[in-house]
Amino acid sequence: MGSVKSIPSPAISADERSHEVDRPSSQVMHFGTEQPLRLDCGVDLSPFQIAYQTYGELNADRSNAVLICHALTGDQHVANVHPVTGKPGWWETLVGPGRPIDPKHYFVICSNVIGGCMGSTGPASINPATGKVWGLDFPVITIPDMVRAQAMLIDRLGIDTLFAVVGGSMGGMQVLQWTAAYPARVFSALAIACATRHSAQNIAFHELGRQAVMADPDWHGGGYADRGIHPHRGLAVARMAAHITYLSDAALHRKFGRRMQDRELPTFSFDADFQVESYLRYQGSSFVERFDANSYLYLTRAMDYFDIAADHGGVLAKAFAGIKTRFCVVSFTSDWLFPTSESRALVHALNASSARVSFAEIETDRGHDAFLLDVPEFFDISRAFLQSAGKARGLTPKDR
Amino acid sequence: MSVQEVLPLNGVAAAPSGQFRADHLLVAEMVKPGSKVLDVGCGEGDLLQLLETRGIDGRGIELSREGVNRCVAKGLAVVQGDADTDLVNYPDDAFDYVILSQTLQATRQPKVVLENLLRIGRRAIVSFPNFGFWKMRLQLLIGGHMPRTENLPATWYDTANIHFCTIKDFVQLCDEINVKMERSVALDLYGRPVPLNLPWWVWNMFGEQAVFLLSRGGRK
Repeated sequence: MGSVKSIPSPAISADERSHEVDRPSSQVMHFGTEQPLRLDCGVDLSPFQIAYQTYGELNADRSNAVLICHALTGDQHVANVHPVTGKPGWWETLVGPGRPIDPKHYFVICSNVIGGCMGSTGPASINPATGKVWGLDFPVITIPDMVRAQAMLIDRLGIDTLFAVVGGSMGGMQVLQWTAAYPARVFSALAIACATRHSAQNIAFHELGRQAVMADPDWHGGGYADRGIHPHRGLAVARMAAHITYLSDAALHRKFGRRMQDRELPTFSFDADFQVESYLRYQGSSFVERFDANSYLYLTRAMDYFDIAADHGGVLAKAFAGIKTRFCVVSFTSDWLFPTSESRALVHALNASSARVSFAEIETDRGHDAFLLDVPEFFDISRAFLQSAGKARGLTPKDR
Repeated sequence: MSVQEVLPLNGVAAAPSGQFRADHLLVAEMVKPGSKVLDVGCGEGDLLQLLETRGIDGRGIELSREGVNRCVAKGLAVVQGDADTDLVNYPDDAFDYVILSQTLQATRQPKVVLENLLRIGRRAIVSFPNFGFWKMRLQLLIGGHMPRTENLPATWYDTANIHFCTIKDFVQLCDEINVKMERSVALDLYGRPVPLNLPWWVWNMFGEQAVFLLSRGGRK
């Protein structure tokens, strides 16, 4: 029988990660006790901090700011080399020179969400009351909480109205929450591969991931930080399961099929014989190098709780009544995590509110992940939508 | 621009570059500047682009994904949807005009669609190919086969157009569902308006297509 390899330990130490948690290599906005973040759970979070990146220049009218909202495991490093992994920014296909969101024309802001682990206050941060890592003492946060914190950041940056709020997946949820909570502050909204609520199937997948983390003996009821360890096995399994939901059967088949990994014949063991296994293990082990397990619990929970209609008497259209924001909604045919039907329900509600909305479904077999990949039709649509909105916003050609 | 000034074009075929289709120009001329318009079945957005040049706030619905994506890539506010099923989502009086351009004959329930147009919009503009046109009649009468024309080239078994009507039929439907015809123009084979002073049967015979500006009837 061949050897059984489990998921390897992370190459990056917990210390390196905690450095980014409390003293990130980003700009940081501090909010003192006089400015608490009022959370949906009833707790006032204070003090707290938001880590963020900006690209480009704010114009004199302060009318060209674009807020990018990141997805579940993303962060503020949207268009620069990641300080931990050394990899390119996670959305350099969309944001950057010559891209649809070009910092030459727009002042681009991307902040780490509250509850995250890349410099904004979250469960991996130090609780100032105890001097120890928050862990599960951190209050449960929601998508509206994340957006409320972003609005406080935008206030501090002296921006009243955002030219655009853009995001996919959990980022798209934040986009929708922005328009529901601050309609007058969002001139245009680009919501990609998202939904106005998390489906039962998606909650089920998140629960699977959380249980994987909590089943790891190194989790210690969330108190692993005090012991200097990290439940990397549980978190890696959570990531592996989640990663499958970001792809599609067709994409997995095209990419891996039943091909073997560096071998001709099965080893008759539980080693990663198949390329797809090896790929998933890599996804799992590389993820734990940059992500905190408790943060994963909190952010998945925030997505589970998201339901805009429930916050508006069960009628989704009420959330957008009278809204002037220009919307562009994009879905992908093979996305089974946030299927087109979810986007269509959103579009129907926006139509019922007489909102100005464009809605395109893009044909691809790459699943939910398509929004992060090189899909030219998606870029054409994003570019045209923002250009058209820029014209309506009166951004001069130089600004755009 | 008055109706009579509309340039003669080859029916509803695509105009040469830089020009707009005759029926589109006619429709655009019926819309008051500054109004809010929904174009149902907006294709690749040609009419919406024409309306935009006139300062009109235009939105669109289109069935085909390719059409929608081309529209959105032009910066137009267009959503993928079906006239038969998705108009119910729009509230009453949401638009000043709702346009149904060369799409009525492709809907499953033209009557319900028409009723919805005038619920969502204060006015509706409907254009459709006239099956009472003499060439159509001749093909059926002499040729003994279902009519096919330059603008409607599909055979009976693969056409998306399932509910053809004549101008006379349409006028009767409007009367039945209490719709007021504010303006009606028939265009001949060359996209020219058939003179207004001629009787209905002439329109029905020589109009290759018709454009109607409709509003809600006052009849109880």
